[in-house]
Amino acid sequence: MERNNRSTKMMIGLGVVLLVLLGRLFYVQIINESYKTDADNNSMTREIIYPPRGVIYDRNGLLLVGNRISYDIMVTPRQVSDLDTLALASILDTTADFIRDRMAYYKKFRTRIGWQTLTFLKQIDANVYMRFAEEEFRFPGFKGQVRTMREYPFNAGGNLLGYTSEVSPEYLAEHPEYRAGDFYGRTGLEAAREKELRGKKGWHIYQRDSRGRTKNAYRDGEFDVEAEPGSDVVATIDARLQQYGQRLMNGKKGSLVAIEPSTGEILTMVSSPGIDVSVLAEFGKHYEELSRDKNKPLYNRAVSASYPPGSVFKLVNGLVGLEEGVLQPWMQYPCNMGYVYTSSGRKLGCHAHRSPLNLEDAVMMSCNGYFCYVFKNLLENPKYANTEEAYNHWREMVMSFGFGRPLGSDFPSELSGNVPSSDYYNRYYRKGRWRFQTIISLSIGQGEILTTPLQIANLAAIMANRGYYYIPHVVKASEGVEIDPKYYEKQYTMVDPSHFPKVIPGMWKAVNAIGEGGTANVGHVPGLDICGKTGTAQNPHGKDNSVFICFAPMDNPKIAVAAYIENAGFGASWACPIATLLVERYLNGEISAGRQDLERRVLNTKLIR
Amino acid sequence: MEDRSLDRGLKKTVDWRLIVLYLLIMLFGWINIYAAVRSGEPASIFDLHFNCGKQALWMAGALVLATLVLFVVNPYFWESIAKPAYGVVMLLLIMVIFLSSNVKGSHSWFELGPVKFQPAELSKITTSLMLASIMSRPGFKMGNLRDFFTAAAIVLLPMLIIVAESETGSALVYTGFIFVLYREGLSGWWPALLGIAILLFVVTLKFSWWVSVIMVVVFAGVYLLYALRRVGSLRIRRRVIWLTVLGVVAGVALVLATDFFFNKVLKDYQRERIEVVLGIKEDLRGVGYNVHQSLIAIGSGGLFGKGYLQGTQTTFGFVPEQSTDFIFCTVGEEWGFVGCLFVIVLYGLLIFWLVQDAERSRTAFTRIYGYCVAACFFMHLVINLGMTLGLMPVIGIPLPLFSYGGSSLWAFTTLLFIFIALDRQEKKYF
Repeated sequence: MERNNRSTKMMIGLGVVLLVLLGRLFYVQIINESYKTDADNNSMTREIIYPPRGVIYDRNGLLLVGNRISYDIMVTPRQVSDLDTLALASILDTTADFIRDRMAYYKKFRTRIGWQTLTFLKQIDANVYMRFAEEEFRFPGFKGQVRTMREYPFNAGGNLLGYTSEVSPEYLAEHPEYRAGDFYGRTGLEAAREKELRGKKGWHIYQRDSRGRTKNAYRDGEFDVEAEPGSDVVATIDARLQQYGQRLMNGKKGSLVAIEPSTGEILTMVSSPGIDVSVLAEFGKHYEELSRDKNKPLYNRAVSASYPPGSVFKLVNGLVGLEEGVLQPWMQYPCNMGYVYTSSGRKLGCHAHRSPLNLEDAVMMSCNGYFCYVFKNLLENPKYANTEEAYNHWREMVMSFGFGRPLGSDFPSELSGNVPSSDYYNRYYRKGRWRFQTIISLSIGQGEILTTPLQIANLAAIMANRGYYYIPHVVKASEGVEIDPKYYEKQYTMVDPSHFPKVIPGMWKAVNAIGEGGTANVGHVPGLDICGKTGTAQNPHGKDNSVFICFAPMDNPKIAVAAYIENAGFGASWACPIATLLVERYLNGEISAGRQDLERRVLNTKLIR
Repeated sequence: MEDRSLDRGLKKTVDWRLIVLYLLIMLFGWINIYAAVRSGEPASIFDLHFNCGKQALWMAGALVLATLVLFVVNPYFWESIAKPAYGVVMLLLIMVIFLSSNVKGSHSWFELGPVKFQPAELSKITTSLMLASIMSRPGFKMGNLRDFFTAAAIVLLPMLIIVAESETGSALVYTGFIFVLYREGLSGWWPALLGIAILLFVVTLKFSWWVSVIMVVVFAGVYLLYALRRVGSLRIRRRVIWLTVLGVVAGVALVLATDFFFNKVLKDYQRERIEVVLGIKEDLRGVGYNVHQSLIAIGSGGLFGKGYLQGTQTTFGFVPEQSTDFIFCTVGEEWGFVGCLFVIVLYGLLIFWLVQDAERSRTAFTRIYGYCVAACFFMHLVINLGMTLGLMPVIGIPLPLFSYGGSSLWAFTTLLFIFIALDRQEKKYF
């Protein structure tokens, strides 16, 4: 059996070769200790180089978020040996007890920590750091780490910018690319653009001399990897306008959002009460206090709060009516302090004004009765088989204005608001058991409909553009930062642009037709041609919410604004002054003499305690 | 129509042991690739910006390929295309020298848009098919000079072209075919002489030329005594003496040529790599850096390793070519000796069962092809692990099915599954 014999010989050979490999492995991994010591950092040390995080500019190049240097002490517990606790404590300006506590903690969790390097002391004084750097060789396992921290040279946009914080264990579990001690953007712009702002970590390899003291670049840095700095982000925010908006909103609860209609760029986004930028850099220290505040300053109302839009929603109903052909600009409807909608005489109230009104004047005076007729005609449109079908068409058109769904902004935690589906009413009232009268509140933007301030600001932009919008966003494209092409696309509503000019004169008159009963005369600024619509939305928790949207100038608008102030009464009392002051400041750069009293009143009034 | 009653089921015909090993090696490789590229911070193991994610795609492709080879392509097809395929691939190998882009000094990659592939990978398959085809012809005898030269030429041709592509490492794999020839009747002297030549080369470089010369003389003396005692006939005795003298002259010539070969023929980096592995030069910074870092990574793993994704050496990219040629470092560091043992056992079993199936085969083509496959796996395993463990000079070839790389993974998949298909075909009918 010559052949089998050869096969066997070769298999024995295979066995021998594999045993040689295993023997070598056994030697390298188990018998020979020198490789382990090498790995334990004896001759070479690696220093992680943190890239400077990208900075954030406003639309005019003003620095909103910058960096400053911070010094940390890091520790790799597995490498710590012969620790002179007292000496380390005195060098680092801390107590021996603190160090002993930390070491005990590391020991307790040693299996979980493994070979990881942890942050031992954060943000120590530069002098302390220099002192430590000289003596570092005495404390194996400890090393200094220089990194950058956030700095905020201009006081604007606390909630908008968001904050960075050290990664949490939960976040680490989901993002293995981070390591303990890294910082990441938690909220706002910092979170939205984490990927670009972050950059890439690098490392330097150093060699120590026999006394472990001086460090030389290993092989002249041939194996070093330089950190890649994060990309700078340019926000669409106008920092000065943002700051002014924050001052206007000071002491009020609500949101103020301004959009450039021709681009969808968000110029200002205030959520009040909000976070002051001075707490952002060391957010961890303030977190407890802020999260307990009953006014919820951490909560960004502009995108995450949903409210009934109130009368500003009449614009939408009017436009849908025009599109569906159930409304014509010349149509007049009577209104005597309201609209009676049940045989028993139940009435949806309105304020005193002349009657009957056409569409333009109904918008100007914000007549409730008029829009009840409009909504009735929409839902009882003979084109459709029943109310439900008519409602579904109405809902679809409303949603095309960006309501009832997230707009798709690049800002995190945007809510969708709510435009109830017919299923909802079918469940609530049973199928076929609800009619126009049942949901009459929707005529005037009350009831189940909920919108975010960003969505109603977007409505202002749609009015300004006469029928389309760009998805509102807070980041401009710049070097190293791309934005989704969807932000460059016009989003048309389902209402034909030709209908918008039939409504806009009413908005112009609301602000500028002094003495004719317009609801927003307080917002009149000579020469600016602001077009606006007030709203007063019922709030189950106290006083009504004051709402106002506007854009200006009427032709070729530069800015569209929405102000939503909780528990502040009529739209004209607070939201209108605040929004129009912002517009005036943006377009004119200053407040005219005739409106400075108004400005003073707004700046100085605190509606919340 | 086939007679279904004789058609045996999949369970009995396909050698599932090989397929299980194949999957285990590939999957274990994949999760180690993820560990190796982790410092680049991929979003997940499927992140296509990183090798781990790309490997997932390659693996999916490999499985499709394996299915096609196993169930769709008629196994007889391979035998029928052995010659044309061999010819085409030899042409590709030559073309790539002139048409390829220069990747780290070698001209072995074809680039077609985003797709890159190395014809050298294909040539392992076609050479194996060709060798099996020629050597399984009725009447083929290794002892016949003409047949011997034909077989040798089939192996040497791609080998030489690949050397010309400056891919000396890949060429070295082809020396493994000597085991196939040996199995088919090549005199045991050939592998032995090859071994002696390598030994002399190493000894000459490591110690001195005269140590080698003494070794040659001692070898010759021992052989002479052994041979002369066995044969009685004067005529054969005389031949043995002549042969011995010839051997000594050749041996001494080899020793004296070593110096020339080493200093003049080899390129600088090749010379340095050999010097480092022989310990002639302690160069922890230059060429030795890779191997030293590799050993530190493996050594620091200890018995049980640091745990998956817990490696410190491999993660920060201190070991170069982390997910390709040096992937075994990650195993060593994170899974320890136990993990390495596991991997080696997987390969050991794969090669052993391949040879076992080959031996059991009733057709010469399947048997010879099976040996070729086993030899390719064996050579890759030994060269790759030898390099990572500092036993061999740095030769950049992948750990088969384990290292990152689409063209290598697909080539080895095809290589292996052609054998499984051949083996199945044969077991299908009694």
